[in-house]
Amino acid sequence: MATGVGGGRTISSTFSPVKIWLLLPSWLIIGFFLALPVLLMLVYSFLTKEFRGGVIWEPTLAAYDQFIFDRGLFGDDPPQIEWKYISIFIRSILQATGATILCLLIGFPTAFFIATRVDNNKIIWLLLLTVPYWVNLLIRTVSMKFLIRDSGPLNEILITLGLIDTPLKLINTNLAVQLGLFYSYLPFMVLPIYAALERYNFTFSEAASDLYAPKWTILFQILIPIIKPGIIAGCILVFVPSLGAFLAPDLLGGAKTFMIGSLIEDQFKGNAGNWPFGAAASMILLSMVMIVLIYYARAQSKEQI
Amino acid sequence: MRKAFNVKHYNGFFFIACLCLFILYSPLLIVMIYSFNDSLSITRWGGVSLRWYYEVFYGLESEKFKLAAWNSLIIALMAATIATIVATAASIGMIRGGQFRGKSASFGLILLPIMVPEIVTAVATLIFFSAISFKLGILSILVAHIVFCIPFAYLPISARLQGIEASYEEAAQDLYANRWKTFKHVLMPIMGPGIISGFLLSFIISLDDFIITNFVKGAGVETLPTAIFGAVKQGIKPNIMALSTLLLLFSIFLVTLSYVIGKKGEDLKTKNNKGEKHEV
Amino acid sequence: MKFKTIVVSAIFALSINVANAGEKLSLYHWFEYIPQELLDKFESETGIDVTMDTYDSNESLLAALKAGKLGSYDLAVPGDYMVEILAGEGMLDTIGDGELKNKSNIESQWLDASFDRGRKHSIPYQWGSTSFSVNRDVYKGNINTTDIIFNPPDELKGKINVLDSQGEVMALASLHLGIPQCSNDRDQLKALDSLLQSAKTHWASFGSDIAKDVLVSGDVAVGMIWNGFSSKAREEGANIEYSYPDQGYVVWMDNVVLLKDAPNRKNALIFMDFILEPENAAAVTNYAQYNAGVKGVTKFLEPALAVMPENNPRDGAGAGVFVAVCEQSTQEVYDQMWTRLRS
Repeated sequence: MATGVGGGRTISSTFSPVKIWLLLPSWLIIGFFLALPVLLMLVYSFLTKEFRGGVIWEPTLAAYDQFIFDRGLFGDDPPQIEWKYISIFIRSILQATGATILCLLIGFPTAFFIATRVDNNKIIWLLLLTVPYWVNLLIRTVSMKFLIRDSGPLNEILITLGLIDTPLKLINTNLAVQLGLFYSYLPFMVLPIYAALERYNFTFSEAASDLYAPKWTILFQILIPIIKPGIIAGCILVFVPSLGAFLAPDLLGGAKTFMIGSLIEDQFKGNAGNWPFGAAASMILLSMVMIVLIYYARAQSKEQI
Repeated sequence: MRKAFNVKHYNGFFFIACLCLFILYSPLLIVMIYSFNDSLSITRWGGVSLRWYYEVFYGLESEKFKLAAWNSLIIALMAATIATIVATAASIGMIRGGQFRGKSASFGLILLPIMVPEIVTAVATLIFFSAISFKLGILSILVAHIVFCIPFAYLPISARLQGIEASYEEAAQDLYANRWKTFKHVLMPIMGPGIISGFLLSFIISLDDFIITNFVKGAGVETLPTAIFGAVKQGIKPNIMALSTLLLLFSIFLVTLSYVIGKKGEDLKTKNNKGEKHEV
Repeated sequence: MKFKTIVVSAIFALSINVANAGEKLSLYHWFEYIPQELLDKFESETGIDVTMDTYDSNESLLAALKAGKLGSYDLAVPGDYMVEILAGEGMLDTIGDGELKNKSNIESQWLDASFDRGRKHSIPYQWGSTSFSVNRDVYKGNINTTDIIFNPPDELKGKINVLDSQGEVMALASLHLGIPQCSNDRDQLKALDSLLQSAKTHWASFGSDIAKDVLVSGDVAVGMIWNGFSSKAREEGANIEYSYPDQGYVVWMDNVVLLKDAPNRKNALIFMDFILEPENAAAVTNYAQYNAGVKGVTKFLEPALAVMPENNPRDGAGAGVFVAVCEQSTQEVYDQMWTRLRS
């Protein structure tokens, strides 16, 4: 049972009789305006597509079929595995993984550094870290684009310094998208790791060093295993949004880096007009995310004995 | 041999932390610098000037952006308020409601908007609204925003509530206070910082939202992010940079505000706990 | 309670916004296609308050209307083939005889259009061409061939932006191969698909609203683009030349249409009359740098427009063709090709 600072209980039944009334508003709002729409989308993914957008209420597996099988341009070739869409999902997973790894490499040392500062400095570092995040994501993505484009300041500085001759082709590449994702979600990695480090007892490290353990061994064998939940939380908070991201691929990626978010968006707003297919792709994305989250929840509850 | 190093110090971590900040700030700083660029071109420097800031407020497009900013503000205020009220009720129900069947399902439902990827939420909401012929407009945006603000408000509020001992309410109830009075006079003041955190968080999330808003907004309705997106797609003009700088300054203000309030909450909590220790 | 006051004042403020009644017009338009000053002029002349949303391709206009936006807008500005498609989908309202007092201002050659017989739903807005422009600093060779887009020389590989517009890309590709548009022939369709797939490896990006910016900033050296947009890019400093390929290029006419279930139908017709005034049509033309379809504009036009290379096809250029509307089965193949292209 959770305890408060003075040692008393904090989860109790004081409001138990009215709990239904207290919970009902959130249940109704989220249930009606999110759970129900998602269910509707599940249904749509099994319907027939109407020419030029919309659905016809006839059940079919066509949407999922289109996803998995390639029946040729005219729809009547013998089915082969449709790699196009599977590769979009794989690419999105790879991009999200790349962004997560980048965030981890930079975020972990940063979080460690901040957690080991004096109290007052800690707050300042944390504030410094979160302020950019509170600027609109769109603006941050766009300013990243502005920075790395061929004629942008980054290339200009590098050329002036004589480090390179021709501009680095950064924009419209996979790397640009990963940079964009990394830039969008970095604080989500740093903050959970920081929170976990705050609760870490450094006397463990000191004890280990008393026993002549080298620095990096302490880090990898003692510290990291203990704060693993924080690291995993950070990874999930970066990975999941990156999977379905839309802005970074759209603004930084160009033609070659179509990701799941763009694929889905295109079905409803763009030229493709295939609603059931868009719904099917959304359901697949949602399932992937749910699997990751359920796995995480299970791992969490196992740890808390 | 005694240990010769500080376990809290690792070589290179300081450098990486600075690199981290550098990466976070440099695009924004570049934008800020160029917002003072007198020349129309992005790449050539034409001298310092405030004309783009002037144009943000008085130029040709200013009407559109002002209206969009106003819409964003109103929607964020209303969504954050309603979400905070609903989330406060929900946290009390979850944390002070004892054990009940379906508690974890309830928890999942409340957090559902955070778990579903934004693009999926956007599309599902659009489909749903068109299926029930709900006319798209400001109201559709508001409804969608309330939905995803609830979990963001819920998390800080419930975290705060979890740190408050039940003995206070039980004491109040022993003194014949009904539940409403208990909430109003005992719980709410102590939960204060959590509620305000939740409100601020929802407010920012709503102000910031682009994907969902873009899908469910009605004709002619723009929020600030959608208006900026439309303008930015056609090229990054200097007046957008001026607007971004202003927004950056605004967020610095909001973050400082939330820090100050958070600190006050901590002081209040320490004061309360000190008082309790005396009783023991 | 603090919250109560906030809620009450927010509702109050919101209702002030809503209570801003008075005549309105809801316009769904291409981005960067009408000068703000003209809208302001309309508002001050008629007292009608105009709100405008934008789209960046004919296809996304259709998608939005299909996704539930029909009934929120009064007017839209689709291209020629899209007028036909929208009419087929039942999304257009009919303009009765005599409802438009300036109808006779329309140039006689555009009075009856193949995509809208008798002009029952639409009036001309602007007409122009779609081709591509090449940055002359990067490439000095012959640009008047669609090979630049579909089979580019080495210096241009990876530096090409293509419009995010299915109709026009398909048309241009068909011209390149020399096959008819909306062909039913399987071999021709397969050839079209493999052309697009192989060309795509040399493309940097797809984008319509960024088409001007990427040329100006130098992100790309070749950009598929509309002629007026290209001359605007040139004005903003891009050293580009607009191409008139030997194989031909796309021509189009954009039209203002009256949408079905328009909430402010009367005001919509007033706007249409307004656009048909030669002075106002000229204002649009001077801004967008295409051509108007209205009589009497010439004396209001900026002289530079008449001599711009973007408005004067070279001798020996291929034919300009309108985008064709395909029948459903072919269109579905096209949609497949496009999704495979974009992903």
